[in-house]
Amino acid sequence: MFAKFIFIYCALLILGSGVAAVQLRNPVHSVLSVLVLFFHMAILYLLLNAEFLAAIQIIVYGGGVLVLYLFVIFLVSLRTEIKINRFVTNQLPAAVLAFLLCVILLAVLPAFQLGTKGNYTADHLSELTHTRAMGLEMFSNHLLSFEIAGVILLVAVIGGLVLARREKKSDQPEEPLTPSSHCEVEK
Amino acid sequence: MIPLSWYMTLSVLLFSIGVYGFLVRRNIIILFLCIELMLNAVNLNLVAMGHYLDSLDGHVLTLFVITVAAAEAAIGLGLVIVLFRNRRSVHVDTINELKG
Repeated sequence: MFAKFIFIYCALLILGSGVAAVQLRNPVHSVLSVLVLFFHMAILYLLLNAEFLAAIQIIVYGGGVLVLYLFVIFLVSLRTEIKINRFVTNQLPAAVLAFLLCVILLAVLPAFQLGTKGNYTADHLSELTHTRAMGLEMFSNHLLSFEIAGVILLVAVIGGLVLARREKKSDQPEEPLTPSSHCEVEK
Repeated sequence: MIPLSWYMTLSVLLFSIGVYGFLVRRNIIILFLCIELMLNAVNLNLVAMGHYLDSLDGHVLTLFVITVAAAEAAIGLGLVIVLFRNRRSVHVDTINELKG
């Protein structure tokens, strides 16, 4: 019963902050409401006995990805973003599409049936602890996907470096960015 | 015990919110944020199914999805910075050079 209350509280906050992230004018507020969403998602993971994933959710999403988003939002022009229209001109098809998708998915939900059960029961998991069980599973049955994840992160690092690098003109030396010239660029 | 259908319903609703935001907003950064919402909905579904099926495959797949999301955020936001440097705008409806 107590778990159901926690679930309903988390579900309401997740949906509310998701809608807020979509609707809010200021992108910083959107990112902060998504932060709230990620924290409550971590609580749901804890309810599902996945404490390692809850920690990863807070560390990677809340601590890493969202900070990256905040940096980029501050790098691009935030002033104009608050003044102009934040939605595309024709919203109706998008609303219809999202609503239809939601209705269709909810309609097919009752047809879902659970498949054959694995051997990580709740007792077995609490005896092993979730982190150890995940490690055992990941380094035995899912070793290839672990290695692929490493390659993907390497590609992300190299891609981020290449993209963010500023192309230098060879004939004229690059002048240092003074505060006044930076303000001119902002306008 | 919370029924599995509650988790799946929450996941569907969150995914739909992400789809709506992705189609409606103009700012590319918010579009990436909506992709994160959709990936989180999928993650919730995977973890819930892993829990109810007594299996850890869904949990490992969730870790994989989180890795891909982090990589996608890094590459995508790098692209946004390059776009802003060249076009002075990060709005999807202003990027229409290929439109006839």
